[in-house]
Amino acid sequence: MNELRHLMSPLDLSVEELNALMDTAEKIRSDPERYAHVCDGKILATCFYEPSTRTRLSFESAMLHMGGRTMGFASADSSSAAKGESVADTIRIISCFADICAMRHPKEGAPMVAAAHSTIPVINAGDGGHQHPTQTLTDLMTIRSLKGTLSGMTVGLCGDLKFGRTVHSLIQALLRYENVRFVMISPEELKLPGYIIEELKTKPNAGFAEITKLEEAMPMLDILYMTRVQRERFFNEEDYVRLKDFYILDKKKMRLAKEDMIVLHPLPRVNEIAVEVDQDPRAKYFEQVKYGMYIRMALILMLLRIEI
Amino acid sequence: MQEQKYKLNVGKIDEGFVIDHIHAGRGMKLYRDLGLGMLDCSVALITNASSRKMGKKDIIKVECPIDQFDMDVIGFLDHNATVDVIKGGKIIAKPVITLPKQVKNIIRCKNPRCITSIEQGLDQVFVLTDPKNEVYRCKYCETRYGDQDQS
Repeated sequence: MNELRHLMSPLDLSVEELNALMDTAEKIRSDPERYAHVCDGKILATCFYEPSTRTRLSFESAMLHMGGRTMGFASADSSSAAKGESVADTIRIISCFADICAMRHPKEGAPMVAAAHSTIPVINAGDGGHQHPTQTLTDLMTIRSLKGTLSGMTVGLCGDLKFGRTVHSLIQALLRYENVRFVMISPEELKLPGYIIEELKTKPNAGFAEITKLEEAMPMLDILYMTRVQRERFFNEEDYVRLKDFYILDKKKMRLAKEDMIVLHPLPRVNEIAVEVDQDPRAKYFEQVKYGMYIRMALILMLLRIEI
Repeated sequence: MQEQKYKLNVGKIDEGFVIDHIHAGRGMKLYRDLGLGMLDCSVALITNASSRKMGKKDIIKVECPIDQFDMDVIGFLDHNATVDVIKGGKIIAKPVITLPKQVKNIIRCKNPRCITSIEQGLDQVFVLTDPKNEVYRCKYCETRYGDQDQS
């Protein structure tokens, strides 16, 4: 059965599928030559209705590294959306030109609408504040590659835990693995939403604690996942200014951490990680970007049903 | 307790539905959402009828062909209501009313960032995600029904 598959949420993949995907990504990383032409003749459409640097280029780079080609648009202004075309109509057209599509859209659920009308696989490359599944896959891949496992970790999540979609998705994805402990580090105003806390409470194998001081958390963490406080999520500029620099990871705080702790960040980084930390071997956020490309390569192969 | 002074009688129907035990005050919403005002048949909406079990309740009687409306709407709006299907003046069925797994075009998503706010011809679909707490979420943006002043 060759049913058309899409990726809308990280939970669309079973743990087995996720592990297989990461295995493929790891194989690509260790032997990129072997995969250099597996997508010859294939076209990836990147339909980005809002600007993005890393995600769009990561998808394009992933396809180019496998011999495929890319086409698309980088903002709604340069697409037919500016003329009022619906998402459903746009994907019907794109389906005629490309073999697979990565879509970013400011409206939540837009890629799901596209998937319902598409004859090619659609990947959600971020839909507003809702889902960004390939970021979660990137995070999981980075953790597994650098720590060797996704189980038994103590993960510190720091910054905007209220609006940060990457944090919510990462928690939900890690909850499927054994004995993961979370330390939520945020100011009162940016605490994790109640529905995710409720979900955490239902998992007997997961532990969690909520604290305000980053220094207190540092010694117990295997992974520190920093996030940016996003201006666009605030209605009130005053609140944003007050909270944006609430946490700044610097060398002094890094001294409190374990030798083998790793620091991740979905990027872009603003002030929350001091530039001086970049030199620390535990700072892995730029390496994380590369894992993102490998996992996107593996995902494209999986959705195009190309087996090597 | 003072005996009720007034009694309203609505006659029997030959074919149609009797939706009984509707939570008092929800009858009008059910009437609207079932589109009963648009049917070319007799409809009686009784509000605040006395009930031994509920104190007060609403009742709707509809005289129409029995394949004409959607039980899911009733389940979504008031799954404690009961339905009698009438044919030939007799009750021929009492379908079990449960919370439907999803509802289509009964309620609208009010999240301004949801794709349903701009995409033409897109159905408004809500999915039952937590039956215990009767939580429905928009299929597209996962906004919980009731959040952001949903109605």
